[in-house]
Amino acid sequence: MVRDRLVAWVLAAVLLVVAAPGYAQTYDDALTKFAADSFNETEAGIAGVAASGNARAIDVIEALSDQRLLFDPATKKIYIREKSGRVLDASTGTEASAPADVKTVRLNNRMRRAVEAALGGLTLLSADSGKRYEAAQAVFKSRDAAALPALDAAIAKETSASLKRALIEARAAVVLYKSDAREADRIDAVAIIKARGDQDALALLAGLPADAPPAVKRAASDGVAAIQSQLAMWAGVQNAWYGVSLGSVLLLAAIGLAITFGVMGVINMAHGEMVMIGAYVTFVVQETIRAYNPGLFDYSLLFAVPLAFMVSGAIGILIERGIIRFLYGRPLETLLATWGLSLILQQAVRTMFGPTNREVGNPSWMSGAFEIGQITITYNRLWIVVFCLSVFAGLLALLRFTRIGLEMRAVTQNRPMAAAMGIRTSRVDALTFGLGSGIAGIAGVALSQIDNVSPNLGQSYIIDSFLVVVFGGVGNLWGTLVGAFTLGIANKFLEPFAGAVLGKIAILVLIILFIQKRPRGLFALKGRAVEA
Amino acid sequence: MFHSIRAVAERPLARRWLAATAGLALSVAAVFPAKAQDTIKVGILHSLSGTMAISETTLKDVMLMLIEEQNKKGGLLGKKLEAVVVDPASNWPLFAEKARELITKEKVSAVFGCWTSVSRKSVLPVFKELNSILFYPVQYEGEESERNVFYTGAAPNQQAIPAVDYLAKEEKVQRWVLAGTDYVYPRTTNKILEAYLKSKGVKPEDIMINYTPFGHSDWQTIVADIKKFGSAGKKTAVVSTINGDANVPFYKELGNQGVKAKDIPVVAFSVGEEELAGIDTKPLLGHLAAWNYFESIKTPANDEFTKKWKAFTKNPKRVSNDPMEAHVIGFAMWVKAVEKAGTIDPDKVIDALPGTEAPNLTGGISKMLPNHHITKPVFIGEVRGDGQFDVVWKTEGLVPGDAWSKELDGSKDLIADWVTLKCGNYNTVTKKCGGQGS
Repeated sequence: MVRDRLVAWVLAAVLLVVAAPGYAQTYDDALTKFAADSFNETEAGIAGVAASGNARAIDVIEALSDQRLLFDPATKKIYIREKSGRVLDASTGTEASAPADVKTVRLNNRMRRAVEAALGGLTLLSADSGKRYEAAQAVFKSRDAAALPALDAAIAKETSASLKRALIEARAAVVLYKSDAREADRIDAVAIIKARGDQDALALLAGLPADAPPAVKRAASDGVAAIQSQLAMWAGVQNAWYGVSLGSVLLLAAIGLAITFGVMGVINMAHGEMVMIGAYVTFVVQETIRAYNPGLFDYSLLFAVPLAFMVSGAIGILIERGIIRFLYGRPLETLLATWGLSLILQQAVRTMFGPTNREVGNPSWMSGAFEIGQITITYNRLWIVVFCLSVFAGLLALLRFTRIGLEMRAVTQNRPMAAAMGIRTSRVDALTFGLGSGIAGIAGVALSQIDNVSPNLGQSYIIDSFLVVVFGGVGNLWGTLVGAFTLGIANKFLEPFAGAVLGKIAILVLIILFIQKRPRGLFALKGRAVEA
Repeated sequence: MFHSIRAVAERPLARRWLAATAGLALSVAAVFPAKAQDTIKVGILHSLSGTMAISETTLKDVMLMLIEEQNKKGGLLGKKLEAVVVDPASNWPLFAEKARELITKEKVSAVFGCWTSVSRKSVLPVFKELNSILFYPVQYEGEESERNVFYTGAAPNQQAIPAVDYLAKEEKVQRWVLAGTDYVYPRTTNKILEAYLKSKGVKPEDIMINYTPFGHSDWQTIVADIKKFGSAGKKTAVVSTINGDANVPFYKELGNQGVKAKDIPVVAFSVGEEELAGIDTKPLLGHLAAWNYFESIKTPANDEFTKKWKAFTKNPKRVSNDPMEAHVIGFAMWVKAVEKAGTIDPDKVIDALPGTEAPNLTGGISKMLPNHHITKPVFIGEVRGDGQFDVVWKTEGLVPGDAWSKELDGSKDLIADWVTLKCGNYNTVTKKCGGQGS
């Protein structure tokens, strides 16, 4: 805190030297503009406070950006509500008691940009390296010439190499757009921005004002071409990643079906509803955690995964015992019965939870994104890929290495023989169906992070799931894996050219053609298992 | 095929299931039992199951509340009002069937209903044939005016065009992404917007149009494309006609990929308080929506309405939205017109409706126009952290709804006037009724 103040004073001194006397407004004059409740006045207020050089300027603008800046419409006094709840008089910085009818100073996007620009200029010398980085990015975007002296001071002082580069890039952006800068400096600036090579840099170079000298313009358009060709290369990598991510979602949705349909041969139209139930379990878990122990929110998914497995699995076993076991070997009737069941489950959830979407939050470790080279990878998608692969590996291990897995494989391959060996086949049927449903429930937990949690959630995945299982080869888990990723990647490479609608149609046509050629899918089972 | 049908019939269990599921699929029609003959029946035609239930269930509830209230005031023409609720189950042909049932079997005096344009188009012939009245409460693509339909939602000139004007003026937007779901409302609206933007001097390369299927959930590529389109050095905005469920994953992806409203704002025409109730709105701060009503607007009428609504639904968190307000206005106009006509005879009520005025919830008085659209104020709201909107701009006064867009070649000469011209598509150039070609 003390250090922040010190930095602010240094900065204030810098700004005072810079600001021309006529431009300088007194801090209190600028403050009163916030009380006018008009966006134009607020914008003037932001500029005025930032230029005033007052030590409290950063506090005021930060409060404004967090909607903690209050004004009293009657007395035109401005207050800051601190994060602790304490209210300060913005003009004197002393603690005050705000009157009851204070209003928050309103913001719109134009104000937010002004706030960002002002904060960028004010926090370039902040002690916090994260803030310095944000400030550099803000100046890079705002290109505010008034920040130049502060930038030079910051560059001279900066020790971290990456931060220094960010500051130098910000300085280059300012210089490039400064019409009275020397031509040679501006051309150097183009080179620095070109080296940055991302979309912000591209925007900066492409948007160069028309009155720039021809040499600068030429350099900039060369830079644009260079960045564009580089970005085009990255676009391929990006599509591949998006394809993997879409494939993992498809795999998650299909993997439970690969058991109930692929292994058992039950056409289970209610599969999507098991996914939906898993998503609603996540919602209930999060609501409970919010109500009783908000601190655990980041771990909510860890609780939701086993619970969703158990709830969906139990419902699956009930369905198998109650309906499906009477219908083995009659695919048409199974199809109708499970489809009816899916409608019943949807309407039941609609009655219990209401028809509207339910809010399932992302834990902090699943929000946001990071960048590798020039592509953005969002954490939620990354975690879903990881999660999906581990579910797949777990399932494979279960079928391969456990006793129940062995029994499942035995029963699906040759039921009379398995029964003769003393396996209770009806119990195995129930457990297999329960396992498939439980895994669908787990998929629901993951899908709740990227999609709507509504009674219709399952419907949107059921067709895709069948596609994946049939395409990959019925009865083969590896086929499901390969099928899902093939469809995902193919879809994402088609989408940029054909658009989302045509891309989807193209995929369907390709699958129809493929099934004509290979009716049993990518990895057809051979031998006696086929007939079972 | 014959064999399999017989197979079903032979299995008692399967038959029971079939009957149960078929019954459920068709509809769980909550038809209120007809009591006495001296009631005036009001039909409510909103999906209570299927994909559109998310939006339409609320409208059924608001109609029930309005009818209950009117009955507390003593009913209409000395009779009690009676709500007849049917469930068309988000199934477009079923809308026509249920509309026919309401008019012929239940003999309702007016119907309040429909959400999607395709459901409206599906019931139109029924209302024409049986000469009844439909109040349609949702913003739509325009290019229509029917004698039997009263459009209380916004036409494109009452929502889309003011929103684009706001972005161009206040946010200085020069580059436009028109993103929508692939069906009639977004396609027509985007056609109108494209023509409008081009007439304002926007170059074709500064407009990107993108359509996605219903319920699209993988937005990675499109958000990346929008980011790329936005990096051409000109201020960019997204005009979204993305419908319903697809919005939640779209906004989540925007938030996760770090597209901030202050860099690339998104203005939506189908996202209201109800849709935002399913997401964490903090990453969406500052994104925009254009509507004729926001719950957060402070007027005595709105305060009273939201209070009553929360009490009626017994849910203090229940939000209100634009189509609900449209029903409030439409119902008030219908009541006034019936009182003026002194009868529920459809011809007399249709003639009495144009010119009828009713207060809207945002402090103005809306009026039914001869083209069967109404006057409405237009508001631009920014998403707040709590899922509500802050109004950042509004039109001065009320905007009259245009049935036919002035921006499109196919309709620029057309007007609708059911009072003097008795025509829904009068060509002002050829002076004939019957559309652009006549």
